[in-house]
Amino acid sequence: MDGLLSEAFIASLFFGAVTAGVPLLLAGLGEQVSEKAGVLNIGLEGMMLAGAFAGFAAAYATESFLAGFCAGILAGMAVALIMAVLCVVLGMNQIVVGIAITLGAEGVTALLHHVLYSRSYPRLSRVETWTIPGLADIPYVGAAFFDRNALIYIAFALTFFMIWVFRRTQAGLNLQAAGDAPAALDAAGVSVTITRFVSVLVTGCLGGLGGAYMATVGGGLFLPFMTGGAGFIAIVLAMLARGNPLWILFGAFLFGASLALTTALQVAGVNIPTDVIQMLPFAMVIVVLLLFARHSYLPPALGLPYQRGAR
Amino acid sequence: MLRRHPLVSSLHGMVSVLLPVVLALAVGAVLLLALGKDPLAYYGYVVKRGLLSPTGLEASLTRTAPLLLIAAGLIVAFRSGLWNLGVDGQLLLAAVVTAALAPVLADRMPSLLMVAVCFAVAMAVGAAWSLIPALLKAQFGVNEIISTLMMSFLGVSFANVLIKIPFNDPLTTVPQTATLAVEDRLMRLADTTIHWGVLLALAVVIAVHHAMTMTALGMRLQIVGANMRTAVHAGLRLRLLVVVAFAISAGLAGLAGAVDVLGVHGTIRADWNPAYGIVVIPLVFLARFNGYAVIAFVFVFAVLVIGGESAARRLDVPTYFVLVLVGLVMLFLAVTEFLDHRRRQTARN
Repeated sequence: MDGLLSEAFIASLFFGAVTAGVPLLLAGLGEQVSEKAGVLNIGLEGMMLAGAFAGFAAAYATESFLAGFCAGILAGMAVALIMAVLCVVLGMNQIVVGIAITLGAEGVTALLHHVLYSRSYPRLSRVETWTIPGLADIPYVGAAFFDRNALIYIAFALTFFMIWVFRRTQAGLNLQAAGDAPAALDAAGVSVTITRFVSVLVTGCLGGLGGAYMATVGGGLFLPFMTGGAGFIAIVLAMLARGNPLWILFGAFLFGASLALTTALQVAGVNIPTDVIQMLPFAMVIVVLLLFARHSYLPPALGLPYQRGAR
Repeated sequence: MLRRHPLVSSLHGMVSVLLPVVLALAVGAVLLLALGKDPLAYYGYVVKRGLLSPTGLEASLTRTAPLLLIAAGLIVAFRSGLWNLGVDGQLLLAAVVTAALAPVLADRMPSLLMVAVCFAVAMAVGAAWSLIPALLKAQFGVNEIISTLMMSFLGVSFANVLIKIPFNDPLTTVPQTATLAVEDRLMRLADTTIHWGVLLALAVVIAVHHAMTMTALGMRLQIVGANMRTAVHAGLRLRLLVVVAFAISAGLAGLAGAVDVLGVHGTIRADWNPAYGIVVIPLVFLARFNGYAVIAFVFVFAVLVIGGESAARRLDVPTYFVLVLVGLVMLFLAVTEFLDHRRRQTARN
């Protein structure tokens, strides 16, 4: 078991944790925006899948990761648009529409995969990285944090950008008010509908980007149902983060680490059935819920459509 | 408001249910065209293989058994205002435990007793898997959508661990549980391949429908579903009722797993996950939590799946297409429901 402390094991664990954690971070930050504004976005999994497919397809066609990321963002936002129109503008049930969106996205992307790629199973070429001189050579953590694709640095930076938005900008306050006291926001002359509409689109944008990351930088290929519940984990992260992006960052890498443990253990020569490892992140959510159930905070108006003048 | 003639209102109900289905089929047809397939040929083939051929019809009816039992459980949960989205984990764990238990018991007791014990154990396993979300909801008000989904993912992986390690049949190369002899499985009806679990499932759906609308417990659960605060003010034991509703809902999902194993499969292979739950949820919504409507929708869906499976082999349209149809039905259902609601509101003003 002394292999568990070797540099190879720890380095591959960190590397895998970042790889698996970044999509959770992106999607979780996105979900946090719409949850703050009072929309429980159950369709996040569907937005990520749409982003994953579009991201892979565009990156494969153009041989450019950047095009893949842009396509992922657009696809995620397109799916989010359905959610925004039906749930925010028309006030329909967020859970029913969210499940429908996830089911539909699962079906459509699997179908497109079947038509386009099921005979060849194409893969993307190697990931382009930005190496940060000096830092990238640090043992254990250098390869994991400082020799990665640009999107990983952007995701980190985004966490702090969101903190700034929430704490220091009018838009952040509006978001908070749309979830906590929509009537007050309305009375202050800001449209609740527009605030929530934009928040759902932001979720779609970040969820789609997270999905695109999984299919490009993460795996380099698209498989049906490849998000495998990542969207739902991101929703849980957003619920437990109590509105603070730092907790999403922390949670995403904790989950990423437990997802990466399988590969890392194989590197260390320990053989554990993958199913046991796959249970880890979900078991961890349940443990966290049991321990911190009292502390999970959700905006009072979460899940409720806003109707002006309704009591 | 004028009282409408009962015939008119039932017609209206039919239209508001059929419209989403027709719209979904229409959009599905466009999608098929985009894939370069003939939609009429596809739908025609699905109906022919899922409904009109005797073996197809038997397969469709057999498939309704687990779906109906899941739906019965969801009716209880949804009418109680609880989102039990963890059906798949509850079902799979109960199914795996049943598959491991049945061959052992079959050698030691009469077959009917074996079935009864398996059903009881499966329901207990399913219910137990819902206990954590139920308690979190009852005690701290933790959103049950998240907790049941997490327990479901956890349960699916745990079921695989059970199949691969403690319950693995050493005689087979692929990890799977020991196989239940065909003569020990649920009895077939007459000369068909349909087992009596289908009748049991039908009876359970009807019983649940009437229990929710006509008994005291059903009434209490519906009050919980309508408004939790009202339930507290009415002196109901809210926490207990939440746990009971979850236990019934998940117990029936567990029973669905047992019926599927004892009636059809006889064994479970690793990585088998039918994922019935996520498609039954929209069907129960489409039926507006009405047991009789659920029976009709589940049957139509089963025909679609069985027919779709043959069509996948014959016409090269993968079974994922059925998933798209269900998602579309749900979206259009939500839209028609919304428009209907708004129309009624404007009529009132």
